[in-house]
Amino acid sequence: MTSQTPTHTPTSAPPSQTTTDSPAAVSLNHLSKSFGDLKAVDGLDLAIRPGEVVAFLGPNGAGKTTTIDMLLGLSQPDEGSVEIFGMPPRRAVALGLVSSVMQTGGLLDDLTVRETVDYTSAIFASSLDTGLVLQRAGITDIADAVVKKCSGGQKQRLRFAMALLPDPALIVLDEPTTGMDVTGRRDFWHQMRADALTGKTILFATHYLEEADEFADRVVLVADGTVVADGPAHEIRGMTAAKTVSATLPLTDDTSEAGVSELFDRLAGLAGVESIEVAARRLKMRTTDSDAAAKTLFDNACTDLEITSHSLEDAFISLTSKGA
Amino acid sequence: MSVQHSTRPTGTVSSRTAPGPASATFLTSLENRRVPRLGGFSLTLLRLELLRKLRNRRTLIFTMIMPAVFYLIFGLTNKDEMLGNTNAALYISVSLATYGAMIATTTGGAQVAVERALGWSRQLALTPLHPAAYILIKVIVSMALGAVSVIVVFVLAAVTGVHAPLGTLIASGLLVILTSGVFAAFGVMLGYLLPAENAIQVASMVLGILSLIGGLFVPLEIWPDTLQTIARFTPAYGVGEIARAPLGGGYDHWAIVSVIVWLGIFVAGSAWALRRDTARV
Repeated sequence: MTSQTPTHTPTSAPPSQTTTDSPAAVSLNHLSKSFGDLKAVDGLDLAIRPGEVVAFLGPNGAGKTTTIDMLLGLSQPDEGSVEIFGMPPRRAVALGLVSSVMQTGGLLDDLTVRETVDYTSAIFASSLDTGLVLQRAGITDIADAVVKKCSGGQKQRLRFAMALLPDPALIVLDEPTTGMDVTGRRDFWHQMRADALTGKTILFATHYLEEADEFADRVVLVADGTVVADGPAHEIRGMTAAKTVSATLPLTDDTSEAGVSELFDRLAGLAGVESIEVAARRLKMRTTDSDAAAKTLFDNACTDLEITSHSLEDAFISLTSKGA
Repeated sequence: MSVQHSTRPTGTVSSRTAPGPASATFLTSLENRRVPRLGGFSLTLLRLELLRKLRNRRTLIFTMIMPAVFYLIFGLTNKDEMLGNTNAALYISVSLATYGAMIATTTGGAQVAVERALGWSRQLALTPLHPAAYILIKVIVSMALGAVSVIVVFVLAAVTGVHAPLGTLIASGLLVILTSGVFAAFGVMLGYLLPAENAIQVASMVLGILSLIGGLFVPLEIWPDTLQTIARFTPAYGVGEIARAPLGGGYDHWAIVSVIVWLGIFVAGSAWALRRDTARV
């Protein structure tokens, strides 16, 4: 499109149609960083296209914050490289192309909300109007409050307002809703995505699965400093959609082996069934359509029916504990 | 029978994955993006930093009320004495103004330790603000506060009947403010070297000692010869000598060298400490 932007082909794993003539919003190439003996980030590759909303999901200590620090140019990788829109991170920060909302801290207690935004605004060569970002972050009503007296949620919105100032193309949020309750998290994201974040590339780190699932288009799972799964949110969700249906078989004297295998065939023929196994007289099956399975089992005189859904947590743990 | 339902609402995943429009907007806006001039230094930052200083009651007490009280205790009581050709109260008022400016600039510089602990430095690292611009703002604001402290002491001296030509006071006051830059650099260095909870206490204590042996609280002549010799190499001695030069009692020309060397040491130390600090942000 323009001559000054180098053509850059993202080298990421996810199979997708890439725009080859504009640089990736984020391009992390085999990023590694150690602290002493601890390998915090271990050969991490990630490419994010402009406009994507990506959740960086992983347990505490997975290397999320270390990766984000390198992404923002706050620390240097031991190995590998970082590019934001085809340029070094510090350059992107200086141009206001990327901004970040941190988890905690980063505010001066003795300024008011408006003064804090004015302060940050004055640093950038050009920035949005203070009133506008206060409004987008939903804190116009507390503009004259001293930061010290603000609640955790209000402070988070203030950090968010500051991040909006340079009208960045990429916003990085490091666990932005830590400490909020479920409703608070939902309100935060709905408001931010509805208005302030439209059209921007977003990368947010979180350890809340629901948050990643609900608000990201793409989920990147990290564990032990490397990417263990990467795909559209619905795919990651799909990994967790199956439920376990178990029931006791009616294995009485007059039931023939043939009858049981006929039931097996019928169950196996149902849509969404992933596996069936029997231990003693207890049948256990994984399926995405638990209602159909339950109906079939009932109709065939099975008893003690039990349906358990796999929490996202389960899938998360199984994925992240697999290691690299 | 236990049945758990997923409560996740469906249909919230929108179709924003499409990269087309977003990248187009970005590429057009890239042309207009600039890096701020002067590393982000601006009058707005100066104004807001000064406002913060004036809101901090403890800073005001230490930099304005303490030198004023010291003057009333030590200066006014010597109103009719003479130190060489100079009125003792005038001599002491200049020394205490120097001390006030030192406190203001050192604690102002050491404020970087507090802001580092608050995560504000990290926040600023995500803006185009150059560390040099940040430190320059801190130094200027601290020196402004030091100036207020000088004015308070001099006004108090005038009100209590210690007379000196206005030109002498202005010259003296400007020299105090100018040389206090040395201590701003000292404070910045301490701020980057020490943890926040200690930086300002350590700074105040060190200043007290330096002022005492450097001749700001009592004339240098009362100390034993060895200590006097040592004192001439300490930073407070030089700024005191220069500040009192306009009073006409003569001054040690080596003081100028001393102040310049100490400024060099503290600026270099700050630069080194800053580099060391950003390496582990």
